[in-house]
Amino acid sequence: MTQTAPPPNTPGSLDSVPNAAKKHWVGPWALLGPPGLWLVLLLVLPTLVIFELSLVPGIRPGDLVNPSGLDNYTQIFESVYLRVMLRSLLFAIGTTVVSLVLGFPVAYWIALMSPKRWRNLLLVAFILPLWTSSLLRSYAWISILRPTGVLNSFLGIFNLPALDILNQSPAVLVGMSYSFLPYMVLILYSSLEKLDLKLLEAAADLGATPIQSFWKITVPQSFQGIAAGSLLVFIISLGDFINPELLGGASSMTVSRLIYNQFLGPTQNWGFGSSLSMIMIFAVSAAVALLIRYGNTSSGKV
Amino acid sequence: MSQTTLQSQTVALTETGSDVELRKVFKVFNGETAVRGVDLTIGQGEFFSILGPSGCGKTTTLRLIAGFETPSAGEVLVRGQSMLNVPPNQRPVNTVFQSYALFGHMTIWDNVAFGLKIKGLTKAELEGQVREALVLVKMESFARRYPAQLSGGQRQRVALARALVNRPAVLLLDEPLGALDLKLRKEMQMELSSLHRELGMTFVMVTHDQEEALSLSDRIAVMNEGRVEQVGTPSEIYEAPRSPFIADFIGETNLLRGRLAQVDREGWQVETDHGSPIMVRPVADWQPGRGDAIAVSVRPEKVGLSLYPPEVKVNCFEGELQNIMYLGTHVHYAVELRSGEKITVMQVNTGGEMPTVSTQVYVHWSTQDGLAMPA
Repeated sequence: MTQTAPPPNTPGSLDSVPNAAKKHWVGPWALLGPPGLWLVLLLVLPTLVIFELSLVPGIRPGDLVNPSGLDNYTQIFESVYLRVMLRSLLFAIGTTVVSLVLGFPVAYWIALMSPKRWRNLLLVAFILPLWTSSLLRSYAWISILRPTGVLNSFLGIFNLPALDILNQSPAVLVGMSYSFLPYMVLILYSSLEKLDLKLLEAAADLGATPIQSFWKITVPQSFQGIAAGSLLVFIISLGDFINPELLGGASSMTVSRLIYNQFLGPTQNWGFGSSLSMIMIFAVSAAVALLIRYGNTSSGKV
Repeated sequence: MSQTTLQSQTVALTETGSDVELRKVFKVFNGETAVRGVDLTIGQGEFFSILGPSGCGKTTTLRLIAGFETPSAGEVLVRGQSMLNVPPNQRPVNTVFQSYALFGHMTIWDNVAFGLKIKGLTKAELEGQVREALVLVKMESFARRYPAQLSGGQRQRVALARALVNRPAVLLLDEPLGALDLKLRKEMQMELSSLHRELGMTFVMVTHDQEEALSLSDRIAVMNEGRVEQVGTPSEIYEAPRSPFIADFIGETNLLRGRLAQVDREGWQVETDHGSPIMVRPVADWQPGRGDAIAVSVRPEKVGLSLYPPEVKVNCFEGELQNIMYLGTHVHYAVELRSGEKITVMQVNTGGEMPTVSTQVYVHWSTQDGLAMPA
């Protein structure tokens, strides 16, 4: 695909700014070339292929691609699939809420209360789990949550009843929150770190208690971070496959698992898998659009 | 000596009602002492300035009054009440911050209304007061804007309104005009002064700008290295500085160091380190002994310059004109005396012919204009 060609320079402009003007036009396009090619080959084209497949009802590997209607999309509105989508949505929202509630105090503490020279170390410690494979981390949760696992032997010490949550929704929520909490903490940290502490002094000076200052100053001032962190966690949990697959059991069917089944599972219905994928792509794009819109508001920053 | 005057002052002011009192206040940060035993009594309705170079402890002193810092030793009182263990949000003072610290996510109106909302006033109750405060600082037409949309001077006004609207007993101003350009600063100085007159509120201002302190304040405390070196009216501070530091810091001066040689009826004779004997006016409440170290301050505008030997022989020295700085209304002359000391002379520009550099000149000043102080 050829990009827009640089506009030919008029002789006059060539005389006045010979090289600078030329470079100014060619440079950005040249830089965009390789990543643009990458995106087209690996993102745009595959998406178009998926879109095409989504228009072929019941297509299986080896079938001819012959787009013929929206049956794959109407199938999504069957109640069993709507329930799956709702579950995915609830997992994503739940994970976002849990990460925000757990992540905010941590980020606040690292950014504003911990000794300065420890900050980077604390952050690294928090991000460290991200360096291991997510698959391994989910397996670790299996050994913690299974009926004879670490959690239940711990509860046993205090003679508390055993929790049987593995292969249930709570286990998925635990696994996803654990996986995506570091992203939330990182984003909140970078936002809270920029908080002008003078504003908190000013609020106290004007009579606000620390709790009032928190809700009226700290939270609104870090709103961009809260919005960006929440949307990011929401997006990645919506598409998460590993945690629901390993920790959720048969009852926790999510859209990502459903899509997996259509392509690699026994169902082998590529058409339906593609329409589900298109819906996911659309939902995530909408969330990203929100992220761009609210993660970038510069009004209100002094 | 200065101890007793300070205490008698304290008694007098407590009777008429002092707004802020600091008693032997110390503040130590990680082993570094920022404030060393500051005693201050600020009267009700006073415009009081704390003046000093950066790092002298003036801002820390202000923060101790506001409650952002707690004294390591000593006591802070506001309206006679000890502020020990009283957090900033419960003190009857409000601060105008150097950086303004306006809340960027709120409109100007909400910034100014913040304190009143916290106090629990309803929207209807606070409306009149917020508008009044905005009118006071001439910002009523900006109520719906955000701080980011305002200029530095406008933010300054909002910061003032946000503090004033709470009707504090004491308004604390931390280098309030430091970030403004010269012209705007002059304008705001006038407005601060008229605000103070209008409101009759106690203002405590921290500044490093001596001109600002002199022109605005009823009284000034000059701080240096964590201590208050002198408290007095602007003219006292300027005309009778108690230390070479103050003489040098407030305005420009020629500082000559030496020893007391002789005490005469018409003045004290001081032998400077460079050997020139100078006569200074005696200081009423100070009796140094012969041979005691003395610093003499002579303001540049009090020094005369002439091309020919003047008739008076007291405090008259020959030297070479080394530099001329033309300042429009004034001309600065740098003169090096025969003895090697350098004297700055400032003369009003009367339009006459100016001497040229490297000519031999005579500088002279009257005994009355030499201010003696402990070196």
